[in-house]
Amino acid sequence: MENTAIEVRDLVVHRGKKPVLHGFSCAIPAGSVTGLLGPSGSGKTTLMRAIVGVQLVKSGTVTVLGKPAGDKQLRHEMGYLTQAPSVYGDLTVRENARYFAALYGLSHKEADAAIKDVGLEEAKNQLVGDLSGGQHSRASLACAIVSNPKILVLDEPTVGQDPVLRDELWKRFRGFAEAGTTLLVSSHVMDEANRCDRLLLIREGKLIADDTPAAVKASAGTDDLDQAFLNLIRAGETPGETS
Amino acid sequence: MRTLVATTGRILRQLRHDKRTIGLLIVVPNLLLTLLYFMFDSRIFNGLALTMLGIFPFLIMFLITSIAMLRERTTGTLERLLTTPLRKTDLLFGYGIAFGIAATIQAAVVSVVAYLFLGMDTLGSPGYVILIAAANAVLGVALGLLASAFAKTEFQAVQFMPVIVLPQILLCGLFVAREQMAGWLQAISDVLPLTYSVEALQEVGRFANPTSTMWRDLAIVGGAVIVALVAAAATLRRRTP
Ligand SMILES: Nc1ncnc2c1ncn2[C@@H]1O[C@H](COP(=O)(O)OP(=O)(O)O)[C@@H](O)[C@H]1O
Ligand SMILES: [Mg+2]
Repeated sequence: MENTAIEVRDLVVHRGKKPVLHGFSCAIPAGSVTGLLGPSGSGKTTLMRAIVGVQLVKSGTVTVLGKPAGDKQLRHEMGYLTQAPSVYGDLTVRENARYFAALYGLSHKEADAAIKDVGLEEAKNQLVGDLSGGQHSRASLACAIVSNPKILVLDEPTVGQDPVLRDELWKRFRGFAEAGTTLLVSSHVMDEANRCDRLLLIREGKLIADDTPAAVKASAGTDDLDQAFLNLIRAGETPGETS
Repeated sequence: MRTLVATTGRILRQLRHDKRTIGLLIVVPNLLLTLLYFMFDSRIFNGLALTMLGIFPFLIMFLITSIAMLRERTTGTLERLLTTPLRKTDLLFGYGIAFGIAATIQAAVVSVVAYLFLGMDTLGSPGYVILIAAANAVLGVALGLLASAFAKTEFQAVQFMPVIVLPQILLCGLFVAREQMAGWLQAISDVLPLTYSVEALQEVGRFANPTSTMWRDLAIVGGAVIVALVAAAATLRRRTP
């Protein structure tokens, strides 16, 4: 495999009293789009939080670009889109983007480019609190991509977007990867999986597949990713258990 | 430095978009002072108004800060900020500076009203009154940042006002002179920072030139600000469960 950008080894995370990730391991190749797919509550957000270094972990290691996750240096190289939009509702789109740009030492130019990238140029002077749900999350996305990071961790970036915009956003992600960025994109919508170079299928905190979309489909014996996911879950279960 | 400036600017910009809050910040203290003006004779009003000039910024900035910081937590902006090059102290000092500036403007306006229209009089210069009011505001910000670490909801956050702010107002010498308090109450009063800023204001009222007591009191308030900010930085965790 090519260069590994993110390596997770034997990661154990408990949230509250509940074990969420139990010895999770995976490797994410650099300069590619990796999809993190799994049902709601399976631990996608928890894994992403561990990768960006804001999750308390019980044991195991997360290495990003050769450094431990959360390393000070890494904070210049990462962009993180939280699942719920995390922008200031009482600032305009542009003020938000400019603030996050400034944190990386970047100018208004980069901020305006990021706004254009997410298709919010028309709404740039509107308060984020007044935007529609889909626009709101795109404003948040603009702040994640504004620094042109080497690593982009996007937690359900396309939820609530109309199909045309979704298509545009995925093209954008592809463009970032071609420029050398490593993307980890979570989704619970299977039809987005075909857009990824690799898939990580996660269920109840366990990795059930780590391969290209084609290989996942082949090993599950179906062309439909939804069905493939079900087949893989069934195959992984001990006989007698039903789902 | 760059991230501190950006953060201070961002917080001020948020405030600027909230016209009603700005209006309340400026108008409410003046209305309350005017009320006191009609309630008391001019001799009592003078001491009272001076003390209130210190209490307003402390109280208001405590409330505003604890809610603002709580919002950063609940909307996820804090989580995201902690993945950027921003240092924790940039965020904390950003709040201190931004709201300190807002409070200084507030104190200046209220002072103008108090001195010119309500007949408040001090032997010392109004500049020191505004300086002490600003220090009080920063004290309110620092304690608000610290308190917000212990609140999960807005309901909890506002509850810290009676817990942290009210005892300081009750025991600062506004209601009962400190010398007339029972020994143990005076001892509590001795460790509450607001006591010193109120004393500093009274020094400005009584003496034409800044006294050593005033400077000492200001230094104590400054020390309390630093202790609260360090504690706030320690309770602000990059990694959360
Ligand atoms: N702050 C929290 N405290 C306790 N449990 C949590 C917390 N956040 C998430 N969980 C639990 O952790 C599990 C995984 O959540 P998450 O990583 O958000 O899943 P996903 O992103 O795949 O939907 C869920 O069962 C959820 O209930
Ligand atoms: Mg999630």
